[in-house]
Amino acid sequence: MTARAVTEANFDQEVINNKKTVLVDFWAEWCGPCRAVSPILDQIASENSDKLDIVKLNVDDHPALAAKYQITSIPAMKVFQKGEVVKTVIGAKPKPALEADLADYLA
Amino acid sequence: MRQIIIIGSGPAGYTAAIYAARANLKPLLIASSVEAGGELMNTTEVENFPGFPDGVQGPELMTKMQEQAERFGTEVVYDDVESLDLTGAVKSITLGSGETHEALSVVFATGSAYRKLGLTDEERLSGRGVSWCATCDGFFFKGKTIAVVGGGDSAMEEATFLTRFAEKVYVIHRKSELRASKIMQERAFANEKIEFIWNSEVVGITGDEAVDGLTLRDTVSGTETSLPLGGVFIAIGNDPRTHLIHGQLDLTAEGTIAVAGRSSKTSKTGVFAAGDVIDSSYRQAVTAAGSGCAAALDAEHYLSTLPQDLLATAGDTELATATN
Repeated sequence: MTARAVTEANFDQEVINNKKTVLVDFWAEWCGPCRAVSPILDQIASENSDKLDIVKLNVDDHPALAAKYQITSIPAMKVFQKGEVVKTVIGAKPKPALEADLADYLA
Repeated sequence: MRQIIIIGSGPAGYTAAIYAARANLKPLLIASSVEAGGELMNTTEVENFPGFPDGVQGPELMTKMQEQAERFGTEVVYDDVESLDLTGAVKSITLGSGETHEALSVVFATGSAYRKLGLTDEERLSGRGVSWCATCDGFFFKGKTIAVVGGGDSAMEEATFLTRFAEKVYVIHRKSELRASKIMQERAFANEKIEFIWNSEVVGITGDEAVDGLTLRDTVSGTETSLPLGGVFIAIGNDPRTHLIHGQLDLTAEGTIAVAGRSSKTSKTGVFAAGDVIDSSYRQAVTAAGSGCAAALDAEHYLSTLPQDLLATAGDTELATATN
């Protein structure tokens, strides 16, 4: 399963009002580490689809949302619960390290 | 079992793979899960790699090196080494996935990692205005005043690159002259958006939610001043990545893996090292590539001295199907 792309138009519906915990991957085409971590997030998404939604937001296409969430470094992975950011992970990491960072939301 | 496993996917690792593959050693190259291609993946234009008169993008150069290694039969795995046992004739390497691979020889080419300033607020504000990667994060500093810390080629490259986005870029350097190459220095000096702050050391990074400034100490007078700005890029050098082999291979006083003379031979038989992880002085893509070549030739020679029955166990049995 590949993480879905979200946009400014459906961000509220897909993220803010989502009943499930959602991880938003803020990324861009020109960011090498973003491309490296993307398949790892896809794997985590498919292995934990009952617990966590994983979506991607392209910061080039949606700069207003990137600014709103004060993104200054990508990949930035923000976990949302009930519309609030509860966890931020910055930078590409190997799968075990990322799973450890997200342990609270994968249990 | 394999004849050779190469750990690392920068210029050293891929050059070792090209030579080993052309010697028909069917190398397995462990590329890392998120840092495959190494440091050049985070650079833009590479102007000093021979054979590219118009320059080449770092990621493109690494993709080509990989293609060249794969063309001759290198198998690339995108995973990280968890642990390794280098004692004995058969070396064993365990990956993040839990898989274990065995080989008669190992080339260790893990490169180096960004050096940190070591300040208390550096970690807290990382991703909130503190960055180590201009090409990744420069975009978010449009119209802002920022700083680059460091005086080498990478600091000059980052500062020059960041002027595409930032309103102003301070370069903060501890000394009164740069370590960077002349061409990189001149490019930075000529850039109107770049201002140099000499003889200054960063002693503090300030900001609650995001970076709002730096505290600088003059290395001559000792006086401290604060510099308001919206972001800081740290380019003060790299440290060899040796944590995997601590206690197994001898290191030098500089922290690099110790090798015998001009060779790539480490303190353990059958284990070779190449690239930035053995180099505390040059650390260029082309010197790393040359060193990777030496490691593959040394490994090839070592394998040729092993008894036939041992070599026979490292046959073609594990040769994976080509991944095209």
